[in-house]
Formats: sequence, C-alpha cells, structure tokens
Amino acid sequence: MNFLSIFVLIPLVMLLALWLVKGQKAIRTVMVTGSTALLAMAVYLTVAFLTDRAAGADAEMLYTASFAWFEPLHIYYSVGVDGISVAMLLLSGVIVFTGTFVSWDMCKEYFLWFTLLSLGVFGFFISVDMFTMFMFYEVALIPMYLLIGVWGTGKKEYSAMKLTLMLMGGSAFLMCGIFGIFYGAGGQTMNLVEIANHTGGAHAIKLSEQMVWFPMTFVGFGVLGALFPFHTWSPDGHASAPTAVSMLHAGVLMKLGGYGCFRIAMYLMPEATHELAWIFLILTGISVVYGAFSACVQTDLKYINAYSSVSHCGLVLFALLMINETACSGAIIQMLSHGLMTALFFALIGMIYGRTHTRDIRELSGLMRIMPFLAVGYVIAGLGNLGLPGLSGFVAEMTIFVGAFQHADTFHRVLTILACSSIVTTAVYILRMVGKILYGKCTNEHHLALTDATLVERFPVVVLICCIAAIGLAPFFVSHLVNGGVVPIVNHILAVAG
Amino acid sequence: MDYQYTLLILCLPIVSFLILGIGGKWLSHKAAGLIGTLSIGTVAVLSYYTAFHYFAERGADGTFASIVPINFEWLPFYVGNLHFDMGILLDPISVMMLIVISTVSLMVHIYSFGYMHGERGFQRYYAFLSLFTMSMLGLVVATNIFQMYMFWELVGVCSYLLIGFYFTEKPAIAASKKAFIVTRFADLGFLVGILVFGYYTGSFSFDFTENFQYAAGALHGVAPDAAKAIAAGGFILPTALFLMFIGGAGKSAMFPLHIWLPDAMEGPTPVSALIHAATMVVAGVFQVARMFPMWIQYAPETLHYVAWIGAFTAFYAAAVACAQSDIKRVLAFSTISQIAFMMVALGVCTEMTTGHEHVGSVGYMASMFHLFTHAMFKATLFLCAGCIIHAVHSNEMSAMGGMRKYMPVTNWTFLIATLAISGIPPFSGFFSKDEILSASFAYSPVMGWVMTGIAAMTAFYMFRVYYGIFWGTENKQLHEELKAHGHFGEAPLVMTAPLVLLTLFTVFCGWALPGSFGSFVSADGQAYNIHLDPQIAITSVVIACISIGLATWIYIRSSQPVAERLKAAMPHLHEWAYRRFYIDEIYQFVTHRIIFAYISRPIAWFDRHVVDGTLNGLASGANYVGESIRPLQSGRLQQYAYVFLLGVVVLFFIMII
Repeated sequence: MNFLSIFVLIPLVMLLALWLVKGQKAIRTVMVTGSTALLAMAVYLTVAFLTDRAAGADAEMLYTASFAWFEPLHIYYSVGVDGISVAMLLLSGVIVFTGTFVSWDMCKEYFLWFTLLSLGVFGFFISVDMFTMFMFYEVALIPMYLLIGVWGTGKKEYSAMKLTLMLMGGSAFLMCGIFGIFYGAGGQTMNLVEIANHTGGAHAIKLSEQMVWFPMTFVGFGVLGALFPFHTWSPDGHASAPTAVSMLHAGVLMKLGGYGCFRIAMYLMPEATHELAWIFLILTGISVVYGAFSACVQTDLKYINAYSSVSHCGLVLFALLMINETACSGAIIQMLSHGLMTALFFALIGMIYGRTHTRDIRELSGLMRIMPFLAVGYVIAGLGNLGLPGLSGFVAEMTIFVGAFQHADTFHRVLTILACSSIVTTAVYILRMVGKILYGKCTNEHHLALTDATLVERFPVVVLICCIAAIGLAPFFVSHLVNGGVVPIVNHILAVAG
Repeated sequence: MDYQYTLLILCLPIVSFLILGIGGKWLSHKAAGLIGTLSIGTVAVLSYYTAFHYFAERGADGTFASIVPINFEWLPFYVGNLHFDMGILLDPISVMMLIVISTVSLMVHIYSFGYMHGERGFQRYYAFLSLFTMSMLGLVVATNIFQMYMFWELVGVCSYLLIGFYFTEKPAIAASKKAFIVTRFADLGFLVGILVFGYYTGSFSFDFTENFQYAAGALHGVAPDAAKAIAAGGFILPTALFLMFIGGAGKSAMFPLHIWLPDAMEGPTPVSALIHAATMVVAGVFQVARMFPMWIQYAPETLHYVAWIGAFTAFYAAAVACAQSDIKRVLAFSTISQIAFMMVALGVCTEMTTGHEHVGSVGYMASMFHLFTHAMFKATLFLCAGCIIHAVHSNEMSAMGGMRKYMPVTNWTFLIATLAISGIPPFSGFFSKDEILSASFAYSPVMGWVMTGIAAMTAFYMFRVYYGIFWGTENKQLHEELKAHGHFGEAPLVMTAPLVLLTLFTVFCGWALPGSFGSFVSADGQAYNIHLDPQIAITSVVIACISIGLATWIYIRSSQPVAERLKAAMPHLHEWAYRRFYIDEIYQFVTHRIIFAYISRPIAWFDRHVVDGTLNGLASGANYVGESIRPLQSGRLQQYAYVFLLGVVVLFFIMII
C-alpha cells in the first residue's frame, strides 16, 4: 500500500468509526482525532516531499503507485503528488481540521457526510488517473446536496438543488471531456502524466479533437471554479449552506475546479489551450471585475463573500490562462490564500449568524463592542481579502500581476490592468461591510446581550489566521513548493504549443 | 560600516505591536503605553546612532555611500531579475527619514500619554502606532520599489485603522473608509507603474547606478536597464514613473486626490500629527525623490508636470485654508499646500548637475530639507492644536480665542512653528522654503512668483488661525464654564514637553546644523553649501511680513470688522472656499450616483435576473417538458393499444415505401 493512500484511508476509518459510535462526545473524539491525523499527515507529507525534492528526487510525481482497477478500460487507481497537490492537500487538511471545530454541535449524520466530502477532496488531490480523479470529484459533490438540503438555512432545498444540478451539469461535460481525451490519446491509458508525455501507449491528441474536448473539460471544471457565467450556484449555495460546509466548499471544493482546469484541461491539451485561451481569459476577466462589483451592493454577508469568491477564483483561472511560470505559481498561491481566507470569513459569518440570526448588513451594527474577538477576526479576514501585505492575499495577487504582465500585447495588458483594478473594488466592498456591521453603535437592543466567541470557536479562527499570516510573512516556502509543481506543466504547455 | 543592527529598528516596533495587539487586554494603560514608548524610544536611539555613524563617514569622492546591510529574496517571481526583495538601504535620504520618523513618533508616543489618558482602546491605539512606525520605517529603508509598495500599503492600512480609532462615531468610519479607498485607487496607478517599470527595465531594485555597497550575504540588486525600456518605446519610462507618481499623489494628497486628508482629521490629533502631517503623507514626495535619478534622466518633461500639479495643489489648498474654521482642517490644508511645495521643488529640477553649484537639481535638496523642517514644525502645530482641543473640547475656532492667557507654552510653541511655516528667519522653515523658491526661480520666473505668492498666502492663513486661537474674539462663556469644571488651562508636562522638544528642532536646524542640511542630502551626494540668494530671501521675507501684517490687522482684535466686511463683499468666494470648491461633492456624485447606481447595481441585477434567470429558465423548461410528456405514461391500457396500433400502421407504411 502506498503512503499517499492514507489520505483516503483515514476518512474511511473515520466513516466506519462514526457509524459505530454513539453520543456527541464520541463523535467529536472521532472527528477531532481523524482530522488531526489528516492534518498531521498533510504536514508530514509536505516535509517529506520537500526533503525528497531537496535530496534530488526530480520525478514529476513523487510517491507514485498504481493498481489495476478495471483493466478493460485501463482504469487504475494511480496516485502521486507534485508541489501543487502537496499544497492543496495541506490546504484541505487545514480546512477539514478547522471545519470540524466549527461544526462542533452537529449530529452524527452530518459528520458522516462531512467526512465523505473530505474523502472525495483528498482522493481527488492524490490521484493521477483521470477516471479516479473524476470518481473522487463526484464523491465530493454528492454529500453537498444533503449537507445543504438538510442542515442548511433559508431557501435550502432550492439552493441545494441548484448547486447540485449545476455542478452535475459540469460533471457531464467533464465526463465527455475525459473520455474524449482518453480515446483521443489512443485509448491506452487514463494516467495524466502518461497522456501528457505520450508514454504508456498514449499519443498526441489531434488539434481538431482538442478543440472540442478542451472547452468541455475547462467549462466542466470551470463551473466549480465559479467561471462566469456558470457561477450563480455559488451565492445561493453558500448562503444556504451550514458554516463548515461553506468553509469546505469555498475553501477546498472550488479549488478542485482550478486544479482540474490546470492539471487536466490545460496540461493534456496544450495546443487547444493556446488557441482558446483568449476566450476564457475574457470570461475570467469578466468574473474578476463583475464579481467584485456585484459584491459592492449585496446586503447579505454570505452573498458578499460568495461574490468575492467569484472574483478571487476568477483571478485563479485568469492567472492559469496566462500560461507562464509566475502567473501559474501565483494562481496556485491564490488558491491556497483564497481557500484559507474564505474559510475564515465563512467561519466568522457563521459564528455571527449563530448569535444574531441575521446576515443582513442593514440590521447589524456595532458588533465590535459586543463581540470583539469575532470582530477583530473579521477585520483581519477582510484586510487579508483586500490584499493587506503580511497576509496571504497580497503575495498571491502580486505574483499573479507580475506574471500576467509578462504578456506585452494589448489584449493581455488591458485585461491585466482590469484585473488589477479589482484591488480597488475589493477595498470598497470589504470596507463597506466592515464599516456597517462592526463599527458604529449597536442599534438593535437584542444584540447587546450577545456573547463573544467560545474557546472552541476561537481555536479554528486562530489557526486560520496563523496560516494566512504564515503564508503572508514567509511566502518563499509556499512559492518554491508550488513552483516545483508548476514548472513542468507550464514548460510542457509552452514546449508543445509554443 | 556594519549596520546589521538596523534590523532591530524594524523588529522592535513589530514586537511591541504583537505584545500590545495580542496581550493588550491584560495590560494596564500605563504598561501598554510604556511598552510602546520604550520600543519606539529604543528605535529612536538606534536611528540617531545610525545617523551619527553614517554621516560621519564620507567616501573618497565626497559622497555618502549607499549601504545595504540586509537584503534577501522574499518572494520569487521566476522571471529574469524580477524578485520581491526585503532589505534595508541606508543612504542620505533614508537615514534622514529615520530621524524624522523616529523623532516625531517618539514625541507622539509620549504626548499620547496625556492626550489619550483614560480613553477606551488605549492599548489598541499604542499597538497601531507601533505598527505604523514599523511600516513607515520599512517604507523609507526599502531597497526596491516592490518593498516600498508593500510598506506603502501597510501604512495605508494603519492610517485607516487610526483614523477610524473612534469607530463608534459615524464621521470617523466614513473618513477612514474614504482615506483608504482614495489612496487605494491611487495605488492602483502605483502598482501598474511598478509592473510596467519592472517589465521593461527588468528589475525592481533602487540600485540605479550599481553603486550600492552590499554587506556580505545580502542579495545583490540589479540595476534597472533603462536602455531596454527606451528601446521598447520612449514613452514607457515617463509613463511608468508618472503612474507611480499617481500613487504618490494619492498618499501625498495632491489635487484631485487630496480629498481624504482633511477628513482624516477625524482621527485622534496625535495621529494627525504623526501620520497626516509629518510622515505618511510625505511618502509620495519620498517616492519621487527615491526614483529621482530615473525621473531626471529619462523623464524630465514629465517631472515638470509634477511641478505644475504641485503648484496648483499648493495654491488650491492655501485658498481653501483661508476660509476654514476648524483648526485641524486649516492645518490639514496647510499640510497639503506644504507637501505640494516639496513636490514643486522636485518637479522644477532640470538636470543632474554636479559640482558645487547644483543649479539644475537644487530642488531635490530643497524638497528633502523642507520635508525635514516641515515634519518638525507641522508636528508641533498639530500637537499644539491637540493641547487646545484637549482644553476646549472642540475643533472650531469659535470655541477658542484669547487662549494665550491660559496656555502660554502652547502659545509660544505654536507661534514659533507658525513663524517657521511662514518663512520668517531664523526658523527652519525660512531656510528650506527659500531654497524651494530659488529652485523655482531657477526653473522659471513664473513658477518662482507663483510659489512666492503661495508662500505669502501661507503666512496669511497661518496667522489667521494663530490669532483665531490665541487672540481674537474670546468665547468667554464657554471658557468660564470649562473653568468651573476645572481642567481648563495648560496641558500637562507630558504633553508640553514634546512640543518644546520639537520646537527646538524648528529653532535650530535651519542654521545650527554642522555644515548645513545640504552637506548631508543633495541630488548627487556631493556636499552642497546652502547659501541664501539675498534677492529672493529678502523678497519672500518682505512679502511674508506684509501678509502677517495684514492678518494681524484683520484678526488680532476681539472684533473683526474687516473680516466680516470681506466675507460680505465676496459671499460666493467664501462659501466656495469653505466648501472646498465642492470637490468632495463631485466625488460623492461619481461614486454613489455613477459607480454604485450605474455599474454595481445593474451588474448585480443582471446577475440575479439574466444569468441566473437563464439557468432558472432552463430548469423550469426541463420541468415543463417533463410535465408535458408525463400524460403519455398514463397507465391506461386502451391508450397504449391505440399508440401501439398507430405505430404498427406507420411502420407498415414505411416498409411499403
């Protein structure tokens, strides 16, 4: 058994244990132990990966293993990680860990689905076989429906249905794309690295076929990455989802989109990427600006954050499509940074909502005096979101902008400057929100008696803030880690298409 | 020449910020203040030590070396020589700024003991002051443009947090938001400028001529390759530099990006003294000075645009200052005007001349000199204003008048600072302003006379506010009431001592510095002996004296018939100036009416109704189709039989054909 498979095994064991145990205390014990183990393994993996890389292990994927699963269709359970997947696993570890503490009072069934969702996420990031990846992707999507539909708030049935249907629509495209790639490359292997490098019986995919499968795959993953105009599940879905689910969804699941676009759509179809990048650059450029402007006039905290996610995730895809080392590294750092910051945001919004029972910014004010800890956390999350140096957002954005600026033609320049302009719009909606809900005098007498965060609530907030600050203060670690994974892919795309 | 310890200058405030920020809740006010003050005090000692050390060592060619004790790659960009470095650069202007920042910051720390006494959030206040001081110090010692940008953003956030210190008050919230967003908008220009500059010249480093002395272990910066940029297009460098200047114009409140600064006065007064008078607002000037070798060599024409923008700003702000009644606003507009003087001084430079005359680049020295002297006397003015506001609990001149009797120390320090800003010898402002005027005259007589005129306006409005506070019509009723409550009179020693100390700088640093300011800071690094051009000096002093005389005649008496008559004679002009020529209203209109109403709302509507509507439409379409074909599966046997029969018939015909 390969050591990466432990990321799937731990959730499996957790599922079993959750099924067997009774009582809130036992459930919490299982969840805390399991998520801590996952986080510890992710940290251990990072350290081991960096050590091995430093020791000269320069294969594209490390710790690879492969087991035949369904021989006739060449479906293997193949795993392996590079710098990008390691970073994503670390992110997932942190979010699942903090998410557990945020959903402290939830029941057993909730945690079952929650764990299944984590299983899908972890499985997705360790796989290098397209089909296995797709399977884990679906495993991550389905629990969402129940988590939102059962434990959500507001128009939860509508939102859950909408989210699931849209993402399933994306999956349908995706499945076509994946099989298109599989047969286009000769129908001998589902392994990503083999298809990309034309080994293991794969040959180059014809451009005419790529032109069909690339948009399908990109849009398929793009739906999850909030690509305009397929992003509308995000505001409703996030608004209805329970806190930890929002965290996991915006923090990790939306990253599956960007990761898939990069690793499957762009990596395997370089020529089509080169040909069609401009269309998607326009769409993602719109996402960035459009999301930010939409966020300016929203009145629900979760809607603001959802549109902000549209803008920030748009920046991820935007940077990936710039196809150079800098911008793509920036995109991956942005995934990490956005994952952590949105998770923090959603956690805090959930805690505030749990107390005030409203997320309408017109009904909230002066929370700084009432719940100082949550309010300070909120300000930090907000400042991180608008790119305060010393927190992760700044690092990611600057890398992306420098990378995007390496294209000297007018088209890319204009789009880059438009994307840069989002730093101003972001400041507008963040400060508007912070100013309205935290500052001023509290006008609602029901809110005056509310209490600040409990210790269990404070813990995940502090962990997330520390992670954000760690990336923001010492970005070179993350940047080098991520860059190691980005370079082969970008070089491959440029070598084939350039 | 071992300056590694300068790292402490940046680290100590960070430590005190973390202690106060995280543990502030458990600290008493006194302990929190002491921690902050001690850390800044140490920073000040280190800064002075660095300065003495640094300026003692002149290189063989008569210039001061640019020393980089620490520099490392903070964030790699993986393209050529583009990387985001962090480091410390010691050169004459950064060392000079270390002195300015640490001095004013320390004075403000001490002063705040008295001013903020008993305020809720005292620990938070000191924590933010520490963070601000660190960011500002980091900004001035930056070794590359990106590091400068990073600390630039940080000081912006600190400014936001400190303006909004009284976060329960609506005006403070609005002002902090406005300050941040306006400067952020300007920073967009800065960022794009950096990106353009970096892309075409291949480096972010300030090491323009590759003459930095890097300590062992420090990463070497690479000189920006201007030739490459020029080969790509002659307009590129001027564009990049001008875009960066837009960022500077935002921070330094150049017209039309000045609107945030007067509102920023909602913050506590010591904060206004530190951030919005002495340090952060001159960051724009400092940035232009930092990029000066590039400006003067590759974009001299664009540099003159900067000069004219500066001149207009100086005039506009001086005109508005003449009509304000809130003393902090007068000081704010005076700050805008004085910073514009510094910009003008930089902008009128025509060429990088060497030798002892420095004709073409004397403005650089003048600008830095004025930055230095202005920081000291403007901080004094703000701190004095703080004492007065502390006494009368109002910013309005109508609550003051006749204060000289109650607050002698404040009166004298305010008077000295006012004389300095008016350009009266032997106070520091006279010397620096005189250099700016002679640089302006050297560039063009028009600019020279314009600036002389604005200097005269400065003397007028500053004495107007001086008389308004300390002489003029006394608000006896209010003062009696305050006296009845006690606590009316001179501020405590902890507040007056910083005033006196800062005033010492104003009194002495014009003429008592060994070898004058120009021997330390000049465009090409060679010592420049400041000499007064008698013609310009005498003209400007005479004109300033006339303005002061005019102000005295109008405002010193307890009834002011002339002022009333003037106001009555030009009601519209007064109203317009008082309303700051309605620039704020224009902004308000653009942001609320145009951006919110015509961009954001339609986009949000479009998203909900068109994009999402399409999807909902698809969903209900699918639903409708499903509902419509449902009757086919009716379960009625006869119907199935009919359909079956019909199918057979159709197939039969198809087969025949």
